[in-house]
Amino acid sequence: MSDQPQAPLQKTPLHALHVALGARMVPFAGYEMPVQYPTGIVAEHLQTRRQAGLFDVSHMGQVRLDGAGSAQALERLVPGDIRALQRDRMRYTLLTNASGGILDDLMATNLGDHLHLVVNAACKLSDVEHLMRELEPAVAVTALLDRALLALQGPAAVAVLGRLAPGVKAMRFMTAATHKLADIPCLISRSGYTGEDGFEISLPAEAAERLARRLLAEPEVKPIGLGARDTLRLEAGLCLYGHDIDGSTTPVEADLGFAVGKRRREGASFPGADVILRQLREGAARKRVGLQPEGRAPAREGTEILDKDGATIGRITSGGFGPSIDRPIAMGYVASAHAAIGTPISLMVRGTPRPARVVPLPFVAHRYHRG
Amino acid sequence: MTLKYTKDHEWVRVDGATAVVGISDYAQTQLGDVVYVEVPEVGRKLEQGKEAAVVESVKAASEVYAPISGEVTAVNAELAGEPGRVNADPMGEGWFFKMTVAKPKELEALMDEAQYKAYVEGLG
Repeated sequence: MSDQPQAPLQKTPLHALHVALGARMVPFAGYEMPVQYPTGIVAEHLQTRRQAGLFDVSHMGQVRLDGAGSAQALERLVPGDIRALQRDRMRYTLLTNASGGILDDLMATNLGDHLHLVVNAACKLSDVEHLMRELEPAVAVTALLDRALLALQGPAAVAVLGRLAPGVKAMRFMTAATHKLADIPCLISRSGYTGEDGFEISLPAEAAERLARRLLAEPEVKPIGLGARDTLRLEAGLCLYGHDIDGSTTPVEADLGFAVGKRRREGASFPGADVILRQLREGAARKRVGLQPEGRAPAREGTEILDKDGATIGRITSGGFGPSIDRPIAMGYVASAHAAIGTPISLMVRGTPRPARVVPLPFVAHRYHRG
Repeated sequence: MTLKYTKDHEWVRVDGATAVVGISDYAQTQLGDVVYVEVPEVGRKLEQGKEAAVVESVKAASEVYAPISGEVTAVNAELAGEPGRVNADPMGEGWFFKMTVAKPKELEALMDEAQYKAYVEGLG
């Protein structure tokens, strides 16, 4: 309920639709975005887990890399095995800095003649600058400013999208394909940020509202705001850049070691490789873990984490309430000695230490379509 | 019986020597789905404008301030199991706590129903 003045905010191509649907619009990463629709966050969250939800994620950055050596060149900036990425496959990867911290997390898709990247909204300007500075002129870096991005997530997403383009039903998790939806050429990937099966749809900005309205006309689909996007991804144990990961957290500390490709470990040719590879061998001093408060009180971002003797061992980086499990949940970093599943810890909420436990992530099992 | 509102969107309903406190319909709408309420312990002395309770929605925690000074005489224990009552019936079953009225004059500076309605409309 803040009323401080904001810098002029950008609007996505679906802004008018959000307003027409009664969304509450809030500033987010420089954009005016829907945090929730009149039904509210809990209903939107459960809608996505049970049926299907449509998200406007057009604020995110879409970037293409052209040039024969694009995959090889991108590997200079990320620890992922991009060269091994087959045609129409996508991979989660990280832009790292010289000290092993994370500049951004992103999706990279091999579209044959180029790579398609999706990066975080708050990072997109600095990411594009970084990519241009490091990769040009051998690689052409193009920010795709005229494209929108929609996410259709939930168990009914495949049935809904399959009605518009039967070909999507055969797609597997983390693959991409081009299909026409309502006569609009779309780049579709079977991916998302909710832990559910679903799709992300990149399309020309001017066609975004038409497709969104078409999808919302399907009985299983409702619009979902950023509030539920956050609770869904937290239940799924997925990191939010700027909160759970940033320039000061390494992939190993963040428990994202899977994003460091096997071949890349041998080459050690990515920013921060010395730090990251040493942590992979010897372990990091701290680790991102799931936290389950014992009572009903949520523990928010910034909450101090204490060991059984009352010593500070870390902080919560994302904390709130999980509507699907009807309990407060959190993620945060703890000193590695306290990172084992089941470790009892305390969370300092409003001056009172409250009991909690280290628990496995995710809180809600992923239901990706691995085929 | 007197019903008054604060600028922080608490309501206080005074009946004789006892007052009931909750948050307004506007407040619950702004908060969204309430998932946790922390009420003060019975016997705690509250000072007008100081923190008395906490209400947490899915998104954030918000403080609830004492609309008047007095001592807590009862709390709504039902909110522990059903915090959603704050959304469903903020002026009724979603009440937070009851308290004594230590300084009746404090009520005079609070808004009545019509003034509060105008105040909320002014917030856009």
